[in-house]
Amino acid sequence: MGIAIEARDLSKQFNGFFAVKDVSLQVAENTIHGIIGPNGAGKTTLFNLLTSFLKPTHGSIHYRGRNITHLEPAAVSRLGLVRSFQISSVFDQLSARDNVRVALQGKEGGSYCFWRSTAALARFDDRADELLEMVGLTAYADTASGSLAYGRKRALELATTLALEPETLLLDEPMSGLGPEDIGPITELIRTVAKGRTVVMVEHNLPVVATLSDTITVLARGQLLASGTYAEVTANPEVITAYLGEDDDDE
Amino acid sequence: MLMASPATSPVKTPLAAKATAARRRQILAWGLGIAALAVFPFMVYPLFAMKVLCFALFACSFNLLFGFAGLLSFGHAAYFGIASYVTAESAKYWGLTPELSILAGTGVAIVLGAAFGWLAIRRQGIYFSMITLALAQMVFFFCLQAEFTGGEDGIQSVPRGDLFGLIPLGSHMAMYYFVMGVFLIGFLIIYRTINSPFGQVLRAVRDNDIKATSLGIKTRHVKLAAFVISAGVAGLGGATKALVFQLASLTDVSWQASGEAVLMTVLGGAGTLTGPVMGALIVTGMQQYLAQFGSWVTIIQGAIFVVCVLAFRRGIVGELDRLAKLPAFWRRRRAERRFTPAPRASTDF
Ligand SMILES: Nc1ncnc2c1ncn2[C@@H]1O[C@H](COP(=O)(O)OP(=O)(O)O)[C@@H](O)[C@H]1O
Ligand SMILES: [Mg+2]
Repeated sequence: MGIAIEARDLSKQFNGFFAVKDVSLQVAENTIHGIIGPNGAGKTTLFNLLTSFLKPTHGSIHYRGRNITHLEPAAVSRLGLVRSFQISSVFDQLSARDNVRVALQGKEGGSYCFWRSTAALARFDDRADELLEMVGLTAYADTASGSLAYGRKRALELATTLALEPETLLLDEPMSGLGPEDIGPITELIRTVAKGRTVVMVEHNLPVVATLSDTITVLARGQLLASGTYAEVTANPEVITAYLGEDDDDE
Repeated sequence: MLMASPATSPVKTPLAAKATAARRRQILAWGLGIAALAVFPFMVYPLFAMKVLCFALFACSFNLLFGFAGLLSFGHAAYFGIASYVTAESAKYWGLTPELSILAGTGVAIVLGAAFGWLAIRRQGIYFSMITLALAQMVFFFCLQAEFTGGEDGIQSVPRGDLFGLIPLGSHMAMYYFVMGVFLIGFLIIYRTINSPFGQVLRAVRDNDIKATSLGIKTRHVKLAAFVISAGVAGLGGATKALVFQLASLTDVSWQASGEAVLMTVLGGAGTLTGPVMGALIVTGMQQYLAQFGSWVTIIQGAIFVVCVLAFRRGIVGELDRLAKLPAFWRRRRAERRFTPAPRASTDF
């Protein structure tokens, strides 16, 4: 099996403080790769580096053998490496359907056709409605997304991400802010969309990570502590210390 | 799939009917608007009517950036003013016909907009505004110092010339209908831009720049394109104004003029289609009809502005829009309540 994403000696420094330090990581194609670690471990920063939203202080990132370290974030997305955000991120004043239609346009690099009517977007309608149905938002297609409940915003964000039909999906805490009864359906949805794709997922909900992930990487204080199956990493004494020793104050 | 969601939305079938009704309403609105423009110079001084239309274009252009791209430009007078100078120069000294002079002025505004936009969109928020202001001030001092702009005097007695070399525009009425045509072209450009695939992407970039980037959209290019279109339409307004008043002067390139575009847009309703036109009418009207109060105009204008912003946060047209949408909103709310299963305890999904 090929390697989808490879990070080599990745470091990111903020004012002398390493948020990510010497992380080397390989994500195999067509697997679900979980990333766990206490708050502030550098998981979101790692995602920002992998998708070029931040430039690394050291190290390089390779996607399917290609060095993508210096690409623009929009270009990385168009290569098929698409991320979602930890804090729900939608286009507030656009309807749910328009959110998805923008994503479908984004797939084509975004449109500069200012001389054409919005009727030109009708060709995206069927696909948009399909995606909305997939995440259970059919009834909210015409609702301004800013006024949706938080859980629905998260679902909409998934729909926009899936609209790009990315080969690789980076999900930053997809379960955060969801009620307990939604965890099951979203877990199933991720399992479904992961078929034929590579998924990297940061998640605090350990049972979810355990059931979904093929491989798990543990980060703490910006450094990679362990990598392996769920059983392997949870048996690792360093991991146990990181979770129980240093950061018992959070979560 | 994720929840026992209301199976299909109740408005699926009458969608087509709704679309044709909306279309009919739209055609009616355009017809009424054009009719109002046609009789406008019979109700007020034609010169005043033309001034309103020139400033309406200016405000609409500002609104495209501010209301639809979320970019607050404090220097829009640069494009309005430079176009007015170039048009005056080409009509007076190069003997170009009015439509060509306007094209020349607008063209220069577009080039200037591309250059300044390229610099300004690198920064966000207040820094973007400051850069646009600083660049516009440079243009102001250039116009004050340069040879061809005539310094404090500006370029005076600009001939209006003959449209296409055929129709003399000397009379205010002839000039008005020419200006009305120019206005409609500019307004259509704005209308089309807002209601286009690009317009939707632009709104997305306004709402969430980072999310748009993550979807593969080159947000800088999108902003720059909007900036250039906006500068062009501002230039169109300024160019036309130079011919209307047969004058290009420092007033139109000053920061006060930039401020007026902000004022008109916010007063009329930022992010609405017709708000800036309404704002231009009100602000220009106040300046015209309150002129008898001398320097008090500014204070009265300021007071009205403060009251309006406090009372109608969305501007006049924005508030009217909201009122018009309220019945539909409540209907939707009721329908939703009827179709949604009993609420559950946690964050429902
Ligand atoms: N833009 C930034 N500037 C300065 N410090 C940052 C920035 N982003 C993250 N950090 C710091 O880096 C560390 C890791 O943050 P983050 O990657 O968000 O952690 P996680 O997602 O694992 O909770 C935190 O201490 C955070 O304060
Ligand atoms: Mg995080």
